[in-house]
Parts: sequence; structure tokens; C-alpha cells
Amino acid sequence: MKRFAPYLLILPGGLWLVIFLVVPMVFMASVSTQEGDVVNGFVQTFNFSVYGDALVQYQTQFLRSAGYGLVATVISIAMAYPVAYWIAFKGGARKSTYLLLVLLPFFVSFVLRTVSWKFLLADDGILLSPMKSMGLVPDDFHVLQTTTAVIGGLVYNYLPFMILPIYVALERVDPRVVEAAQDLYAAKRSAFTKVVLPLSLPGVFAGVLMTFVPMTADYVNAGILGGPQNTMIGNIIQTKYLVNNDYPTAAALSFTLMAVMLIGIFAYAKALGTENVLEAAAR
Amino acid sequence: MHDSRTNPAFLRGMTQSRSVTRRDAFRMAGLSAAGLALAACGVQGKKVAAPQKDAVAEYWAAQKKNGTLRFANWPLYIDKDGKKYPSLDLFTKDTGIQVDYQEAIQDNSTFFGKVQPLLAANNDIGYDLMVLTNGLQLSKAIELGYLVPLDHSKLPNFAANAAPKVKNPTWDPNNTHTIPWTVGLTGIAYNPKYVDEVTSMEDLWNPKYKGKVGMMLDTQEVANFGMFALGIDPDTSGEADWRKAGEKLKQQRDAGLVRKYYENDYVDALARGDVWITMAWSGDIFQQVAEGKDLKFVVPQEGGTIWTDNMCIPKTAQNPVDALTLMDYVYQPKIATMLVEYINYITPVPATKDLVLADAEKATGDDKASLEQIANSPLIYPSEADQAKLRSYKALTSAEEKIFESIFQPVTQG
Repeated sequence: MKRFAPYLLILPGGLWLVIFLVVPMVFMASVSTQEGDVVNGFVQTFNFSVYGDALVQYQTQFLRSAGYGLVATVISIAMAYPVAYWIAFKGGARKSTYLLLVLLPFFVSFVLRTVSWKFLLADDGILLSPMKSMGLVPDDFHVLQTTTAVIGGLVYNYLPFMILPIYVALERVDPRVVEAAQDLYAAKRSAFTKVVLPLSLPGVFAGVLMTFVPMTADYVNAGILGGPQNTMIGNIIQTKYLVNNDYPTAAALSFTLMAVMLIGIFAYAKALGTENVLEAAAR
Repeated sequence: MHDSRTNPAFLRGMTQSRSVTRRDAFRMAGLSAAGLALAACGVQGKKVAAPQKDAVAEYWAAQKKNGTLRFANWPLYIDKDGKKYPSLDLFTKDTGIQVDYQEAIQDNSTFFGKVQPLLAANNDIGYDLMVLTNGLQLSKAIELGYLVPLDHSKLPNFAANAAPKVKNPTWDPNNTHTIPWTVGLTGIAYNPKYVDEVTSMEDLWNPKYKGKVGMMLDTQEVANFGMFALGIDPDTSGEADWRKAGEKLKQQRDAGLVRKYYENDYVDALARGDVWITMAWSGDIFQQVAEGKDLKFVVPQEGGTIWTDNMCIPKTAQNPVDALTLMDYVYQPKIATMLVEYINYITPVPATKDLVLADAEKATGDDKASLEQIANSPLIYPSEADQAKLRSYKALTSAEEKIFESIFQPVTQG
């Protein structure tokens, strides 16, 4: 019995992953190399050229998505770190209240939050209309359907996923190590860069994992806030699945996206030193 | 053991490169067991022949009225009084059938994408009656045998009251699977505050309205407008015409004229001032005008698109008799009048015009004015001359559809 106990522990989660992740993945891998259409049926032909074709055809959207994801991630770190730092070290007794405030937007539906941007930022809306009449911005200025709007939407929607892991990492930093650094004549600044920052990097890494990946694959923000030149790869995949019923291309694009992101993440982990970072991120 | 080289099945397989490749690849991957399972799910769709008369009778003979009906329709597409639907309440009173009415359809392709796997697997989609536009998805649904063929002996009101024009449409000969809910036009809507009078398609390409032009995301809609702008008749168009239209549309986009390729949400964008001039559906704009917005709708001189939203019963419907009952019920002029007075699209029941006028007689003030406007509107009761300019979506085969989408999708999803 003792020998089997560890396996019993992994059983529920393991089964869950096998049924809902591994099996569908194998199916989708098979679908990606089929040929045909929804009316005449799809036939397995091991048509691997679909991968190359799709990558070439949609390289613009791939690059654009990676770019948006990257910029949005950097902005998220820049915004999330100070917030997390403040809550962890200056939050005092109200830490949990502040954390709740960070999470509060999640109690409102994702789509509703994004759609509300449309009302706020409409060309003749409550924000831009007065700015235009005061002459602060030119008459043809607009925010919606621009790259700025899409990246802004991404940052807004995923920011808490960056704040929380950084907060957790900072929370673990023992204030005494900072004191120790200062006892050893470290200035406040170098106590931060040499002690606190390195200790919190695993949190940043976890935050990047939790934001960059979904941001790059996101399609809601580009769909609602973007214009004709802001289509992301997620929108293409959605169209291929739901509009064209072109399941092979959609599956091939999904796998390509997954592969690219896995490679990117591993390269990133390697650059930061895989062992401690991956382990720490899992904590 | 059997030597596979002398196995006739294997030799036969040798002449078909596909099966050999499949076998070899799986052997390499060591996935032969999984391969068997996957080969079985290779075929996801299958074309079906037109239904036989006996089969139709047999299907309906086996069905009975259940007293409930689940109806999937588009937003703002039925008369509403607060939270109530007066026409459906009357229906329940007259027939004893309770209706669960859902505004579940925002977009043909998305809705079809959602229900298609369920229908392919013969599962209930949660609705007994749905409304689909004549277009790629409806054609697919018919071809794949997803729709129940209708028992026209149970549709006497349709036979008596439907306009001759809506009977026997090209996409569904003899109304075998569908009858219309409403008919509408795609034209140009604009805000006269910013835009001079519009008569031509060229105004959508006018540099004056840079960044303030709305176009539609639906490829068939946008393609028709590209073709109209070039003087091409969509009905007789071919690949070369589509390429020209694609170029014309791309040029419009790359010049920064197009703000966005919209779905149903173009109405909000127009009302909020994000766009000044946009492709639009007639009834939407009529409703906005009735609410007091200063907007105009025109069918440009080059032409406009006419489309029909059709009621149909999915093959896995739990309450098909109840669905059929409602389909016929709304063809009573009295009920059709209630609908058109709210929906403001073209009604398939021409007799409603006099009834709307009669209602206007009885009404007073604003109600009277708006009812008179409806009865006299060329957008709801279009003239023969207007209708001559109108074209439907081009009917496409699966092979044509691939080419068509590969030309127009890169325009709307740049």
C-alpha cells in the first residue's frame, strides 16, 4: 500500500490531464494533418505542408502577437512591481484588503470590462469629447481601433496575474535580510538591487509565464478594441475554427503557436537560470 | 503469422499512397493503436441527398406536440413589451405551447461553428427552432442534412399569406427546409452631421471620411460591396472578379479609410460617432431613427444586398411539431403585423401593410407618425424599382468558398 500511495495522489490530477489535455492534443495533432472540408468530410492525409503554409501566410499576425505580448508584458512588470512592492512592504495590516482591490475587477466579466472601454474611449465619448472641444487633441484623434488600445486592453486585463506572483515572492523576503544588507553598509538602493530584486525574480518569472502566454494568444482585446491592422493570431485561429470550419489550419496554427511559445519560455528560463527559477515559480 | 507482403489488403494499399503513408507514419511514431481510433474520426461531415417525400412524412408521423419550444433568434428581432414578447404570449394562449425565447445568435458563422459539432454527432443543440441567413452556413446546414424537411401540409398560413417573392428561393428550392422570418437590405448608413448626402458606393472610398468608414466583417457582405463598387454583378461573378473586388477593398483599407470591420456592433459605433458612414442593415438603422437618432440609410445607385433570415428546425430538435406550429403561426397577417411594427425589416407577409396603416389610424401622436413611416417606408415595403438594384449573396460551392475566403478574409483580417 505504501508503495502505491504516491501514485494514488497523482491519479486524479493525472487522469484529468490525460483526458482533457493529452487526448484532445493527440486528436488535434491528427486533425491538423487532415485535408478536406466540413461538407465533404476530412480525410487523414498526413499533409504536413499545412504547417509551413499557415506559418508563411500568417507570419505578420504571429509577429504582431509576439510583439504585442512582449510590450504588454514589459508594461505589466513596470506597473505591477511597484504595486506589489508597496503592498508587501508598506501594506501593513490592510494587505489583504489591497490584494482584494487588485482582484476586484475579476468579479466583473472579462468581456464586459473590455466592452466598457469602448464606451469610455468612444470618439465622441465622455473622455475624448471634452478633450477635443478643449483643443487638447486634434479632432480626428482616436484611441479605439489602434495598437495602443489593444496593448492597453491586454495590460489592463492581465495585470493582476503579474501583481500576485510578484507580491508572493516579495512577501517571502525576510525584512531581516534587508536589515543585514544595511548593516553591511549597503545603501537603500543597492540593498534593493542586490538583495530584494534577485529574491523576487522568481515571482517576476511566474508573472511573465502567467501573462505573456495568454496575452499573446488573446483574441478578445484585438477583436473588441483593435482595428483592421491589429488582428492577432488568436483572431485568425478563431476565424479558422468557427467561421471557415477549416479545422486543419486552425489546429496547425495552434500547435505552431504553442511550439513557438514553449521555445521562447524555455530560452527565457535558461537565460535566467532554469533550476532555481522554474522551481521557485512553482512554489 | 501472416506475411504482410503477401496480404492482398496490403498490396491494394500499395496502390493508394495515402494509406501506406498513414500506416508507415504511425509505425514510426509507434501509435498504431491511437491511429485506428483517429482514422475513425477522420470524416467529420457528409453530404446528404435531398430528402425523399416518404421520409418527410415518416419523420413527421413519428412526432407529436410537446407543449414547449426552444427558439434561438437574433437580438432585437421580435416584438417586445418590457420583458414580455406579446406575439409569443398570444402564441402560448392560442396553442398552449410555452416558448423559451433566446437571443442566442449574433453571427451566422459563430453560431454555426458552435452547433455544427453537435449536429454532426447527432446531439441536441438546445434549440428546436433557429433563424439563419441565406449564405454559406445555411447552405452547409442543408447540404449536411442538419435541417428537418418541413411538412408543408402543416403550413397553411405560409402558403396563403407569404409573398410570392419569398417562396421557392434559390438556396432552398420549394422551401423544403426553411421559410423566411424577415428579409433585409444591406446598404449604407451615415450621420448627416458629418457626411454630405450619399448616393454612391464611392462615398465609402471618399478620403474625406478617412478613419471614419465602417465595413462589415462578413466576407460575403464586404465582397458584394467591393463588386458593386466596380460595377460587377455578384450573381454572375467569378474568381477574376473577386480578385478585383479584393484589390478594391484592400486599397480602401490600406488608405486608412476603414475604421474597423464590424459585426453587429457597427450600430453602436455609428451611434457613438466612431464611424460616420458605414455598411449597414436596413432594420437596424430604422430602429435607431425611430429612437430619435439622426441617421440616414440609402441603397447606393450601384446596388445593394438583399438577404433573408430563415426559420429552420435542426435535425436533433426535441420539439419539432411545436417549432413547425410557430413557423406557421407567425404567417398570420395579424401576428406578422405585430412583428414588423417592432422589427422594422421587410416582412414576408405583404398583407401587413394595410394592417399597419389601420393601426396608424387608431394610434395618436408619435406612435401614429412612426407607424405611418413604417407602412410607407421603401426599406420595409420596397418598390419594384428598388428591388431591381438588389442582389443576393453569391451561392458558392465548397471549392469556390475556399477561393472566395482566401481572397476576402485577408482584407478584413489584415
